[in-house]
Amino acid sequence: MKKDVKSSIMHGAVLAAAAITLLALLFIIVYILIKGIPHLTPELFAWKYNSENVSLTPALINTLSMTALALLLAVPIGIFSAIYLAEYAKSGSKIVGLIRITAETLSGIPSIVYGLFGALFFVKYMGMGLSMISGALTLSIMILPTIMCSSEEALLAVPNSYREGSFGIGAGKLRTIFRIVLPSAVPGIIAGVILGIGRVVGESAALIFTAGTVAEVADSILDSSRTLSVHMYSISGEGLYIDQTYATAVVLLVVVMGINALSGFIARKLGGNKKDE
Amino acid sequence: MKSSKENIMRFVFLIAATVSVVAVILICVFLFVSGVPAIAEIGVFKFLFGTEWRPANDIYGIFPMIVGSVYVTAGALLIGVPVGILTAIFMAEFCPDWLYRIMKPAVNLMAGIPSVVYGFFGLVVLVPFVRDTFGGRGVSVLTASILLGIMILPTIISMSESAIRAVPRSYYEGGLALGASHERSVFCTVVPAAKSGIFAGIVLGVGRAIGETMAVIMVAGNQAIIPEKITDGVRTLTTNIVMEMGYSTDLHREALIATAVVLFVLVLIINLSFSLIKRRDKK
Repeated sequence: MKKDVKSSIMHGAVLAAAAITLLALLFIIVYILIKGIPHLTPELFAWKYNSENVSLTPALINTLSMTALALLLAVPIGIFSAIYLAEYAKSGSKIVGLIRITAETLSGIPSIVYGLFGALFFVKYMGMGLSMISGALTLSIMILPTIMCSSEEALLAVPNSYREGSFGIGAGKLRTIFRIVLPSAVPGIIAGVILGIGRVVGESAALIFTAGTVAEVADSILDSSRTLSVHMYSISGEGLYIDQTYATAVVLLVVVMGINALSGFIARKLGGNKKDE
Repeated sequence: MKSSKENIMRFVFLIAATVSVVAVILICVFLFVSGVPAIAEIGVFKFLFGTEWRPANDIYGIFPMIVGSVYVTAGALLIGVPVGILTAIFMAEFCPDWLYRIMKPAVNLMAGIPSVVYGFFGLVVLVPFVRDTFGGRGVSVLTASILLGIMILPTIISMSESAIRAVPRSYYEGGLALGASHERSVFCTVVPAAKSGIFAGIVLGVGRAIGETMAVIMVAGNQAIIPEKITDGVRTLTTNIVMEMGYSTDLHREALIATAVVLFVLVLIINLSFSLIKRRDKK
């Protein structure tokens, strides 16, 4: 089929745009990898941070504990909210509308506003100071809507026949939810949790004024500590550690890619399950 | 008959569900209580439209920052929207299967890269590039716009792609049946039908661009004056907070919180228009 000029222009435009998108991403990743990998020295992974080795190990450990802490707070609340919305609430009731509107609002609030709120509420008003727990509480509010929405979707996707079957053999509502509905919804819930992990790992603006910027492994949840993203921001601002910043960026990128690969894997598994039915 | 355990758990679920409501109320209360008195003390008009920000002299006008946020967001849209929508069209209608399996994870990865990494990339690549090509110091409205344009791409692409895919196939087939080429059918029947979904994606992109902090702070220069050229430095509402929060006290600190209040209200307006678009879409 012969194409007219306008069609060819349209075709060219979409090709060019897709190329720009892919190249931009490729450029960012390759550039950082090339500049960063040669600087992944053993000193960078030294157990303790000092201004000579600019070690990222403490920050990496803090990132893990911060993620665990934020999930510990957000996941149960997120899943329980989703259970209420999906299994108990009557659709169209006022409280459901209110919960949905607030969840939408929460997911749109910029991280710096969360950070400021955390500094005002958890750090100052609740007297927790600059600490892991202040940071984790702030982040858990931030990732709550993500976990809530994906869990609700996962619960709603469980066929009603499962519930009816369970009721039919005499199980109560609670037992049905925990034994039948929730296990079937696990892959969808995990997908949401992984999205939440991604946000926690990448977050910096919300943590600077809540968890602080101390470059040591936190001994307790009341200690101030910085995560990898905050660590990278701090050392990039000092201007002395450009090489180490590249290397830190590599580690961050690898973590994020790992998280993405994991969620892709689960999404595929989820898709596979659906086909089986 | 319901056992007490059932009732207790039902109550627990309800409490969990209200946590997000409580969180929003707390955020509003704490921001407004600390921010609004400062606005009142400075004067609403002076605060919002004052063109000078000099905390040392107790002069707090955030107009340069409002203008700054608007400039970089507009710049980001100028770059991100056309590229984003066209990429989405490519992915939904033109992309061969094997390429889609690369594109989709690539876009997801783009959404997952932390803002500090974007910011650092901007600092070491875009800033020198803008300095050498367009003059100035490199840290500028233009640099921030390019970087934000890249950062909002995944939001716009995913939203637009699903909007385009949601258009019934009969629209496209109708176009073909009238003798239009594949391209024309897509551009003239499918995309217009998806426009409210695409628009919702753009609104989300605006929200992301206006709220972005750490990437902007590294490439924008952060001077608290209204930029005259696109190669001038600029300070946004978000960066204003991060720059000075660490050492501010008293009225200065409250003025920064008030800056967050302005940002919060802006974002609420954006969110509201987003849900309005979605609701209209459903009808």
